[in-house]
Amino acid sequence: MLKDVTLGQYFPGTTVVHRLDPRTKILLVVLYIVALFCAKTWLAYLLVGVCLAAAIAAARIRLSAMLKGLKPLIFIVLLTGLLNLFYGRGEPIARFWIFKITREGIENAVFMVLRIVMLVMGTFMLTYTTSPIMLTYGLELLMKPLKVLKVPVHELAMMMSMALRLIPTLIEETDKIISAQKARGAEFDTGNLIQKAKAMLPILIPLFLSSFRRADELATAMEARCYHGGEGRTRLNVLHMAARDVLALCLGAALVAAVVVLSKFGL
Amino acid sequence: MDETVIQIDNLTFFYTPDEGETAEDVLSGVSLEIEKGSFVAILGHNGSGKSTLARHLNALLLPKGGSVTVFGMDTKAEDLTLEIRRRVGMVFQNPDNQIVSNVVEEDVAFAPENLGVPTPEIRRRVDEALKMVGMYGFRDHAPHLLSGGQKQRVAIAGVLAMRPECVAFDEPTAMLDPQGRRDVMDIIEKLRREYGSTVILITHHMEEAVRADRVVVMSDGKVVMDGAPREVFPRVEELEALGLSVPETVRLLWEMRKRGVDLPLTALTVEECAKVLADRYAVKQ
Repeated sequence: MLKDVTLGQYFPGTTVVHRLDPRTKILLVVLYIVALFCAKTWLAYLLVGVCLAAAIAAARIRLSAMLKGLKPLIFIVLLTGLLNLFYGRGEPIARFWIFKITREGIENAVFMVLRIVMLVMGTFMLTYTTSPIMLTYGLELLMKPLKVLKVPVHELAMMMSMALRLIPTLIEETDKIISAQKARGAEFDTGNLIQKAKAMLPILIPLFLSSFRRADELATAMEARCYHGGEGRTRLNVLHMAARDVLALCLGAALVAAVVVLSKFGL
Repeated sequence: MDETVIQIDNLTFFYTPDEGETAEDVLSGVSLEIEKGSFVAILGHNGSGKSTLARHLNALLLPKGGSVTVFGMDTKAEDLTLEIRRRVGMVFQNPDNQIVSNVVEEDVAFAPENLGVPTPEIRRRVDEALKMVGMYGFRDHAPHLLSGGQKQRVAIAGVLAMRPECVAFDEPTAMLDPQGRRDVMDIIEKLRREYGSTVILITHHMEEAVRADRVVVMSDGKVVMDGAPREVFPRVEELEALGLSVPETVRLLWEMRKRGVDLPLTALTVEECAKVLADRYAVKQ
């Protein structure tokens, strides 16, 4: 039952977006977020929206996959929308009881909702089109300058990829433990919230123990295969910035510039 | 053929005890010489010290007494640790706890990456190792979707990519189904035939030990028997006293012998056993 959890939500593909260097994609997402937060007018939002739509289309990601990813956020999106709707200043257009709705309020609400939705969709584009390994590698390379400040960049990246590697194994393990405890009469879906939380203990404790054991064995196996930190390591797949990466970054920078200019002139 | 690649001299080892407890020797005075290109099986019941011994071969553990010399290098020399680990590869029991990456070929590349091998050479080694274990077609798969036997083959490829001269297998088939077990044993044979590698196999399965050219039996941290399978397995009573079994064929002949039929106990395979029986009874007809 736990096996269908798709973590990292990566959709393999060979489109231009998939083939972009992970570093480019990470930087593009940063630029995209900057643009999104600078946007203050309809035209600016439209521009950012068109870019997002173009990227989704180019990566051939189905819209349904995008919307599915938004599902868990519905509550937050609606709440933000409602709060902004009632907190607007200016001439009220409608009022009932202690609430009043203004033109500015409506505009704010729509902007806020758009901002959250587009923010989430933009970051999804990164994880949908980049494999977790490539994402980690990209992050490691981007953070490399931080080594000067004694930030353990390689170790952080290695931990992240180990975590990603162990997720499917631990999910399988959890499944087994649940079955084993059920076979011995444990009940997980009855009782109130506190009882349910307590029922999780017989799952969590064995899971914890076994992950420690696993970590220990994995560390030994890594040592046996000559792992000795990031020093002097080479790579099977080396990343190269291609012309398309430079082009994509220029487009990203242009988007930010355009949004800033548009907002400045209040268009 | 007579060149010694691993020399163990009077090796003693114990795990550092908790406070207030006394240390118990896991290995006490083990001496062993392993020759180049040989296939040595190490047998012993749980807790006999065989896995601890294996971990001394590539400096995962260091001797508390005595010494271990691998390809002329003392394992205590810290600056030689990487070279020792490259030359003596090690495959463990649980493939799930050996695989480090979400992609098969990236996992196989892990060791050469650690050794700083140039990228084009890594690619060559990864392809070669995957072809050797017959997993080349799965190179872009996710390891957690493979079967246990396939995962273990990937783990072996990950070790072979270092181009080790000696490979120690620590109960590599204990968690596998019969097919996976056969595949792993075939790879071991191929490794010896095509690469001339020295193989050390720690195992519980007698039919695997039979294929070795030397069997070392351990008990309570000591070597108690050492010789060719043909010399060791006929010592049925001694082996059973140590909590070990013998190959089914030897067992059959031994039981017959107990019942007064005088048969040699040296038949290690079904074919050999059939021959022994046929020789004896064909004459009578």
